[in-house]
Amino acid sequence: MATYVATTVGLFPLPDPTKRALSRLKGHQKGDLVDGHESDAVTATYAEARAEVIATQVEAGLDRVVEGQLRWDDMLAHPLAVNDAVETHGLVRYYDNNNFYRDPVVVDSLAPTGDVAAELSAAADVAEPPLQAVLPGPYTLGALARDASYGDAAEFLAAIGRLLAGEVERFPDLEHLVLLEPSLVTDPPSADDQPAVGAAIDAVAGAFPGDVAVHTYWGAPDERTHATLLDAAIEAIGYDLVTAPAAAAELVAEQGTLDDVVLGVVDGQNTLVETTAAVRERVDRFESALPAGGPDTVCLSPNTELFYLPVATFEAKLGVLGEAVAPGVIA
Amino acid sequence: MTRTTDTREQFRPPGHPNEHFLLTTVVGSYPKPTWLGRAREWLDDDAVDFDAADFAEATDDAARLVTEEHERTGLDVVVDGEMRRTEMVEYFAERIDGYAFNGPVKVWGHNYFDKPSIVDAVAYDEPWLVDEYAFTASVAERPVKVPITGPYTLARWSFNEHYDDTEAAAFALAELVNQEVAALVEAGARYIQVDEPALAQREDDHQVVGECLERIVAEVPDDVRLALHVCYGDYSRIYPELLDFPVHEYDVELANGDFDQLDVFTEPAFTKDFAMGVVDVHDARVESVDEIAARIRKGFAVVPPERLTVSPDCGMKLLPRPVAAAKLTNMVAAARQVEAELDAGEVEVAATAD
Repeated sequence: MATYVATTVGLFPLPDPTKRALSRLKGHQKGDLVDGHESDAVTATYAEARAEVIATQVEAGLDRVVEGQLRWDDMLAHPLAVNDAVETHGLVRYYDNNNFYRDPVVVDSLAPTGDVAAELSAAADVAEPPLQAVLPGPYTLGALARDASYGDAAEFLAAIGRLLAGEVERFPDLEHLVLLEPSLVTDPPSADDQPAVGAAIDAVAGAFPGDVAVHTYWGAPDERTHATLLDAAIEAIGYDLVTAPAAAAELVAEQGTLDDVVLGVVDGQNTLVETTAAVRERVDRFESALPAGGPDTVCLSPNTELFYLPVATFEAKLGVLGEAVAPGVIA
Repeated sequence: MTRTTDTREQFRPPGHPNEHFLLTTVVGSYPKPTWLGRAREWLDDDAVDFDAADFAEATDDAARLVTEEHERTGLDVVVDGEMRRTEMVEYFAERIDGYAFNGPVKVWGHNYFDKPSIVDAVAYDEPWLVDEYAFTASVAERPVKVPITGPYTLARWSFNEHYDDTEAAAFALAELVNQEVAALVEAGARYIQVDEPALAQREDDHQVVGECLERIVAEVPDDVRLALHVCYGDYSRIYPELLDFPVHEYDVELANGDFDQLDVFTEPAFTKDFAMGVVDVHDARVESVDEIAARIRKGFAVVPPERLTVSPDCGMKLLPRPVAAAKLTNMVAAARQVEAELDAGEVEVAATAD
């Protein structure tokens, strides 16, 4: 019998008053975005909002809370946007969403900054339940960037892997890390690139003492990529059961999965709030496709980051996840 | 359906100084005067004696002020800066039955919009832009362009809780946009720009946009200039397919990316009018006249001068107002400078007239 756990994959919307406060403090131009050297007033505003979103998660009944990544102006490209070896250029579209980030161009050798580690340490000071770290996976972070330093795709990916591993080494003591890898779905690596992708993920996972999940979304990974994840030194694979429930079910029926899974069961990009019955249906469909045995731990999560949603809907979705793991609902 | 009538010459101002004419215009939005924001707060504050009529007067004043500011920069075709509009999706969703609002969401950085949710079948409720056009035309001495958000963007940039997919929502919204465009033409509008920034967001979205446009323009007279604005996308996804759309002009953002996508439009040859973004609207630095002139000349790789329109990348509302005005002033000066160079035969034009 699996254990059901409610959590999220981070990148939350800012509370509305914080949106207004930071608009005033930071401004609206490309040059006003977070670069790792914010003023005391900006830092204090983020700290207050961080405490608020942690409290919101606890109130919603989530089992694992996240820091919320409220500072990540450039979404999953954030760890590069604050790196001294990176220049941020014009705005580019974030996947096929109506969202934009500054094009990060890597112009020098990448070295870890401790930026994400500092956020997690600040969150650990205010979070009671287990805190889960969230980072872009190395393949995704590389895909969001442009290389003007390494000159070789495999070397660049390895460098991104080392950068993230170095960041992870600076983390406070945590038990859970989720690596977000949407690019594995939207822009899948070729057969030749698979070993390098697996190695980069292993490098990051190897630096983390706890459990590591790699979450995929905006579709299901292809069989080749899924096989790479099955062989990686990680504990869980994540599936998007909102946009690709059939493909995910087929994939695990064919290839199986790891002992733990992350299931994206609420839509991070639509205001229609799921019922717990709808969540249960998505879970049931996936589980019935699994070969006998089934996973040990099932993390129920939104399929994507949550910054796409208005705050009220975001909170309602957290509530659904919290309710779904209550005794008798799914378990 | 194709549109081949020359709709450009009607916008050449009397007394234009050069033989060549590079039509200068804006995409639409412009920074609102600070006092208009204060007026909005007063309207919402019961403790202040400021009613809807007072706010309407303030909005008229702002629309007049920006229209005249556009004219002072020398623009050939002006807009009121969308002073009455909250945001390019929000404003329309507020006027369409079937929409609901849940709060602001991020676009980028600290730029948000009240992304609406389609919760029921959409229906036309009240006029959207006819009053805005009539007022602007009444205060403007130069011709007026009307930007209107396209149905695909209205659908794609909403949460869809009702329709089976975005395409179904877009087609339903196209019927309403069609109704509004017909009303604008009836009111005298001669330059209508359909804004579809959501285009070039996904691989096959040009098919949906193309079909929506056919529905919108079916009954529009030939001499009404129709433009399509696209920005911040991967243009290789929509080119050359977009040349089949039933419009005269394509307005694209290019300065933000330092014209790295310009080549997309050179092969195959660009057969419509090309409105090129030559100033960056997300950078408060005011580009010099020479810098903008050099950017304008890049456009001749795509179209000959008689088919080049000059505009900012996108709406200017996020810039400080003096910066926006300075950018436009330099943009118009640069266009006039390049026209004079063309008259003197000093500019090499790669693109040829067809």
